[in-house]
Amino acid sequence: MFRSRLTKTISTAALCLSGLLTMTGANRAHADDVPVIEITAKRFAFTPDKITLKKGQTVKLRLHSEDVTHGFFLRPLKLDEEIPAGQTTEVTVTPQTVGTFTTICDHFCGTNHGNMNMTIVVE
Amino acid sequence: MNRPDRRSFLKFAGASLGVGVLYSAYPAALSQGEAGGLFAALGQANGEKVAPFSFVQLSDAHVGFNGPPDPLGTKALERAVDMINALPQQPDLVLFTGDLTHDTEDRDVHVQRMKQFQEISRKINVPVIRHVPGEHDAGLDGGALYREFFGESHYSFDHRGVHFVALDNVSRAKPEVGAEQLAWLKKDLARFSKTAPIVVFTHRPLFDLRPDWEWFTSDGDDVMNVLSAYDNVTVLYGHIHRDDEHEIGGVQHYAARSLIFAFPDPAAVAGPRKPLPFDKDHPFKNLGIRTVSFDGKAHPGSHALSVEDIELTAREFRGINGVHQLLRDPQV
Repeated sequence: MFRSRLTKTISTAALCLSGLLTMTGANRAHADDVPVIEITAKRFAFTPDKITLKKGQTVKLRLHSEDVTHGFFLRPLKLDEEIPAGQTTEVTVTPQTVGTFTTICDHFCGTNHGNMNMTIVVE
Repeated sequence: MNRPDRRSFLKFAGASLGVGVLYSAYPAALSQGEAGGLFAALGQANGEKVAPFSFVQLSDAHVGFNGPPDPLGTKALERAVDMINALPQQPDLVLFTGDLTHDTEDRDVHVQRMKQFQEISRKINVPVIRHVPGEHDAGLDGGALYREFFGESHYSFDHRGVHFVALDNVSRAKPEVGAEQLAWLKKDLARFSKTAPIVVFTHRPLFDLRPDWEWFTSDGDDVMNVLSAYDNVTVLYGHIHRDDEHEIGGVQHYAARSLIFAFPDPAAVAGPRKPLPFDKDHPFKNLGIRTVSFDGKAHPGSHALSVEDIELTAREFRGINGVHQLLRDPQV
């Protein structure tokens, strides 16, 4: 009985954590314990198209291109990364400004390049 | 030398052709008197006297693009050609500030688009036509195909005492000029005096107009630092598909409208960039001719501009709203 309740509690906690991670797109797969957010770039969209960060909290963004070279540019967070074709780029960021920001691909990647963006919310 | 009041000689006349802007260095009538003395002094300082002339800027024709939002195809470009040819005084130059064609991964199709652009633009009855690439011309192949058709993507030339500099901020795929081109720019400008009139034409804005819409050049500050050694610099650009005028650090930056569709005012839109919707009842709206007249009659004693909207949003402007930075008071 106790074991079952404990399992349920752990499962519920895991679900809550899972929900939180899904919301932020983050996990803690790295030894340095910095939350990691996986972002995939593929013409002409980022997935996920929106993530939420916390002001002052350091996170690592793992940026992976599934096709051609893309950029990842957001002036207010000083992000200006290149994601080579088929490769992964990592960047660590500690946002200091609260707001909703549009991150763009700034490496021309084709005809709909101008619409390739995602939202980063800093709370 | 009696230095004329700035407004008394900076009578640049212009007719924005929607996609294009006609700039006049200064009307011939102003080459006499005080202004004539000023330009003579400039000529002594710079080695060549500025002579009256005008030029047109066209931008963002996107040949090959076929809506939405704009199903006009090449009609606006063809219309602009007709308008330039109908000008009462033919300009000396036409400057195309990029996105002559729309991109495609099919090289053969892109070749056809470049050829189509050339076929249309060759009908302009102007002796000299110069270009810089936009990202849709050069972003996918580093500018290789563009250079086959139009030659080098950065270069300079002199015309009637004005030094023109073509800068490429698209061929590296990212919005940047790059260290190599910056070094070339310094070398290119080294022979000029501080007062030399310089017109830079490029595709993207050289300042942070709206970075989250990719309306910037990442090393634009480095470019402007090089140009800051000169008193009379004007920057012309395209990319943003709308009129814009900014003065930054004494340099005037002008954007020309597009020949395909328009973008909204960046100050009025918080989120991502979206084109203005096509208006089938006014197909050339935001692409037509802009006429602004320098008209003392409308406001006696002032230098106010009267703006008239006529059919197809056609307007014309004359007066100091042209390249009034092209020749500033040189303090000679």
